[in-house]
Amino acid sequence: MGLETQVQNPFIVTRMDEVINWGRKYSMWPLPFGTACCAIEFMGVVSGRFDISRFGAELVRFSPRQADLLLVMGTVCQKQAPVLKQIYDQMPNPKWVLSMGACASSGGFYDNYSVVQGIDELIPVDVYVAGCPPRPENVLGAVMKIMEKIDRERVAEWR
Amino acid sequence: MDEASITARITARFSERLLGTYTFRGQHAVTVGAGDLRAVLTWLRDEPDLQFDWLMDLAGVDYQGYDLEDDERAWRFEVVYQLYSLKHNHRFRVKVAVHEENPEVPSVWDLWGVANWMEREVWDLYGVRFSGHPNLRRILCHDEFVGHALRKDYPINKRQKFERPSEVILCDKVEWA
Repeated sequence: MGLETQVQNPFIVTRMDEVINWGRKYSMWPLPFGTACCAIEFMGVVSGRFDISRFGAELVRFSPRQADLLLVMGTVCQKQAPVLKQIYDQMPNPKWVLSMGACASSGGFYDNYSVVQGIDELIPVDVYVAGCPPRPENVLGAVMKIMEKIDRERVAEWR
Repeated sequence: MDEASITARITARFSERLLGTYTFRGQHAVTVGAGDLRAVLTWLRDEPDLQFDWLMDLAGVDYQGYDLEDDERAWRFEVVYQLYSLKHNHRFRVKVAVHEENPEVPSVWDLWGVANWMEREVWDLYGVRFSGHPNLRRILCHDEFVGHALRKDYPINKRQKFERPSEVILCDKVEWA
């Protein structure tokens, strides 16, 4: 009665990239680098109403060794910059970076002695999310953008 | 005791050593020199009818470029002590004059232990040294930070980059009095 009765042939043919990218994009393990109020908004993203687990990215890891999606949420100060760099370096490839909110993306309104003017001074960023803080829908939209990006990746290019 | 009466008590006791007394919207304050600071604060803490047993806050101020017409300060910095008495439910403010050539003030961490970190913050951001402090290291900025960020002559958006994480010392390793 199930799906198996509809499938006559147990084999399919596809490209390697398609299978691996399909697996990767629906099982991203996020590492929350939450330094300010955007991290509070992230709780909304994870919780039931918005529910990032619909995109397979609900398994929040607090070790960079186990994560492949770095969520930088909040103001990053100069004192913290080497820490963020170190955490990014500790993540195994392949990895993606989501910069959430005005502060992480550009320093926000903190144009002063202590705040990094956007985390792209330190690490490569895949998707920027505007807002102060962004709505949870914006974050989910950014996760979908990263999924699209994963879809275009060639596995052989990760080295 | 209301603040005017406290001012009167201090003036009676330390009249010749006060640099000034101020009133602003019912709040009173006295200014003292660095040499008299510990005598005044110890007296405020220990006098039975004053008993300022809580140092609520300790902050630095940089008056460079301050352009109030009646401002006659001969010094650039001040350190401000906000005192409160849990016993008597009254407050008072003491300021100490700090000159730019020798920005040094005696530490009061042995009078109020809470002053330890507050004095480190003022040192970090204003460069006022607290003599006798057991552990005068930076507390907010990176330990390789050069200069003092909240001084008025520090460029407002001069950012310093650091290659390694700031040293973390979890315990001050201080022998408490």
